[in-house]
Amino acid sequence: MSGDTSALQLVLTGDPVLFAIVRLSLIVSLTAVLLATLIGVPAGAALALTRFRGREAIIVALNAAMGLPPVVVGLAVFLLLSRSGPLGSFGLLFTPAAMVIAQTILVTPILAALARQTIEDYWVEYREELAAMDIGPAGRVATLIWDARFSLVTALLAGFGRAAAEVGAIIVVGGNIDGFTRTMTTAIALETSKGDLPLAIGLGIVLLGIVVAINALAWGARRAGERLAG
Amino acid sequence: MRAPVSDLPLTLADAKVRGGQTTILDVSLTFSAGPPTILIGPNGSGKTTLLRAAMGLIPVDGGRITWGGREVAPPDRRAIVFQRPVMLRRSAAGNLRYALAAADIPRAQHAARTAELLALVGLEPLADRPARRLSGGEQQRLALARALARDPDLLFLDEPTASLDPAATKQIEDLIATIAARGVKVVMSTHDLGQARRLAGDIVLMHRGRIVEQASAREFFAAPKTNEAHRFVAGELLV
Repeated sequence: MSGDTSALQLVLTGDPVLFAIVRLSLIVSLTAVLLATLIGVPAGAALALTRFRGREAIIVALNAAMGLPPVVVGLAVFLLLSRSGPLGSFGLLFTPAAMVIAQTILVTPILAALARQTIEDYWVEYREELAAMDIGPAGRVATLIWDARFSLVTALLAGFGRAAAEVGAIIVVGGNIDGFTRTMTTAIALETSKGDLPLAIGLGIVLLGIVVAINALAWGARRAGERLAG
Repeated sequence: MRAPVSDLPLTLADAKVRGGQTTILDVSLTFSAGPPTILIGPNGSGKTTLLRAAMGLIPVDGGRITWGGREVAPPDRRAIVFQRPVMLRRSAAGNLRYALAAADIPRAQHAARTAELLALVGLEPLADRPARRLSGGEQQRLALARALARDPDLLFLDEPTASLDPAATKQIEDLIATIAARGVKVVMSTHDLGQARRLAGDIVLMHRGRIVEQASAREFFAAPKTNEAHRFVAGELLV
């Protein structure tokens, strides 16, 4: 039997090992994207609306941070969470929580930088209208985020893509422990090196399918939303 | 709730707005209750800058502006409709509810006020239509309704019919006349002399950031006093 057929069988028969891995991957990446959204989008909006010394430097740093190497982030989080590190007492190293932290650090700059750019474009358009309506700073941020929501979906997708695809950070802080911190990407890396190609390919198919499905879903939601809200 | 104080009269005393080294506006002017005041003048004469400064959106670099005698006054009793108003990404009714909330109108009154404003501008059938999908004339009427959500006693309009066809222009003009008849002081800029004749109580002719002539509409069109006004009324180009 070829590797591909076995991989498909694993997917189609709902292999419990494979689906436990898929489930953990989704929980980790979606949680990281949610946290990064809660931090990155308001931060990006605040940066778009304010002018202060050093703002340009922050924007450049933020844009650069979109390309943070995952293994370096993994290493930094590892040092923070390791027993002798400043946050070692929480005992988070090699747990899904550590993986969420690492991916949140990877994704937050992407969401903040893209939200900053999107919201700044809206701000140029809305500025005087909101001033004329006497909208305060918090109201401005909320209005701009809401009105830019369809554009921000693209930023969210970029963030999810980054989280779902990366392996470097989570393998360092999660340790790829079977049944506990093993995700699709770390499992693919491990199974490929072990020579278990069916599982690796099966996971690859599921990973691609999930990424495509989530993008299609977001695209559909965006189109429907635009039809309803203009 | 807003304080029941008026923003009238609005007084600009030697109000200067500078852009870089050059003064782009230098005017003394008072707007009191009454029929609409129409600002006319060529492009770059300072009409829009005057409206924005009078709204309190841009600071003056010299002189002062007072609203109802107060020098610092949040835009509670005044509103502005820009030449190209920004439609918020929500329905027509949603735009009005937003403006009502911004004006601190209690939520319990939003539905009734929204319906009333939509009826005033003739947009009830389009209440649920995304505002950005409305035609230019409909957007302009919605922008007027949104400005009225503040219940202003002073309403600034920056060339409200600049890019509209005659039918849409007529609707807006009728609406402006209705609003003025309700006691709202309208201060509006236009390039359309016919429109100025139709709507104006008084006329302010601007040129190069200064007021060249100010008179009642009847006097201004019948017997312009300055050379510039004479030429402008005769249809010559002031450059």
